[in-house]
Amino acid sequence: MSSRARELLSDGTLTEDALASLQRVLLGFALGTLVAVPVGFLMGWYPVARGLLEPYVQFFRTIPPLALIPLVIVLMGIGETPKIFVIFLAAFMSCVVAAFQGVTGVDRTLIDAARVLGASDRTVFLKVVIPASTPFILVGMRIGLGAAWATVVAAEMIGAQKGLGFEMVHAQTYYDVPTIFVGLISIGVIGLVMDRLLLLAERRLTAWQERR
Amino acid sequence: MSPKISFRDVVKTYPMKNTTFTALGQVSLDIGDREFVAVVGPSGCGKSTLLSMVAGLVEPTSGTVTVDGAPVTGPGPDRGVIFQQYALFPWLTVRGNVEFGLKLAHVPAAERRRRADHAIELVGLADFADALPKTLSGGMKQRCAIARAYAVDPEVLLMDEPFGALDALTRVQLQDQLLDTWTQERRTVLFITHDVDEAVYLAGRVVVMAARPGRIHRVIDVDLPYPRTEEIRLSAEFARIRNDVWTHVYHQSPAGSAA
Repeated sequence: MSSRARELLSDGTLTEDALASLQRVLLGFALGTLVAVPVGFLMGWYPVARGLLEPYVQFFRTIPPLALIPLVIVLMGIGETPKIFVIFLAAFMSCVVAAFQGVTGVDRTLIDAARVLGASDRTVFLKVVIPASTPFILVGMRIGLGAAWATVVAAEMIGAQKGLGFEMVHAQTYYDVPTIFVGLISIGVIGLVMDRLLLLAERRLTAWQERR
Repeated sequence: MSPKISFRDVVKTYPMKNTTFTALGQVSLDIGDREFVAVVGPSGCGKSTLLSMVAGLVEPTSGTVTVDGAPVTGPGPDRGVIFQQYALFPWLTVRGNVEFGLKLAHVPAAERRRRADHAIELVGLADFADALPKTLSGGMKQRCAIARAYAVDPEVLLMDEPFGALDALTRVQLQDQLLDTWTQERRTVLFITHDVDEAVYLAGRVVVMAARPGRIHRVIDVDLPYPRTEEIRLSAEFARIRNDVWTHVYHQSPAGSAA
């Protein structure tokens, strides 16, 4: 297996595949988070938005993004769009709930404390709700990144030409077990590194938290 | 002289499943300018509700609450509130917390810094100005919260069981410090507590409340001079007033027959 890994590294396929997968994950994850945070805030802050959106979010959350692949292929074809969309969904669903819980979980007395000092609703939101829910959002992002990364292999089964998932599916048809293992381990290592990076960011951004 | 804070026939009810729960029934009370009034009573007597109404965080169901003759319509920096749970912003340093209200008032940076430092010094936290709340003890957190309220220089200070969560020694220290600053720059203080000693030691007037429905049971004047010292705390006159308040808090006649 290690000789296979060396081969794949030296001819550049492994790097190329890893980069292709990473690119999809990061794009889908970035889009997912970017949409999830405002939607989660909206749901947490406005009861009307919560009433409108929460049933859908809760319902779609129970469908694994992978189960949407057949539908997504029919609707979006087999290019980059469906892959990124599925990853986007995976990241979005994990992150939106965290952002929503973050906002609803903000300590009521903190909001009151800001209001009695003269804060408007806008200020309360910007200066209290956002910082107070940051820890939740970062946890949501970590879970979302995990979900996005877990989805990439399956997403790359949709007629990809490159990517770790593609390479593994490809190897499967040739009973090429070493390549499958190289793919699996690469996925594990990259996932771990990304999670550590986010954890580092979390530690820096929420150093003010009292940890138990 | 017209009162600083005035409650007129204030009623607060909350809808329950089938009935309504009366948190406060018909409370009328006047608090003079620069007066220190403490409110004591059993839990559920609505004493915190009273304070929240002045703060503008809770609206009365009927009746009016006025500050300087104008009805309270919402929270504002003219009324500083100190909460039992400190309510410091954990992501801001002590100075950041104290400057919070000043920033909202668009006080220029240099002036803001000066006023924040003054308030921080006043409560004895100068060495911890750049510390995050998580590194502070309970007493220091509450001092920081007090500095945050002082910094915006409110005319009315509303304190909701501020020392309730602190150990006895810290509590006495903070009581003395509070009286110190109050005698220096007198403000109108409404102080909620369940500690009879604390109420009598601090206030010029003690309002004893009764529960179910929340109402004023008795108002007792504390004829002890300021500044109050340990000597006063141990005096016979203090003991007499405390016993009087104690009796009214813990041996209340049943609802309806109270004065």
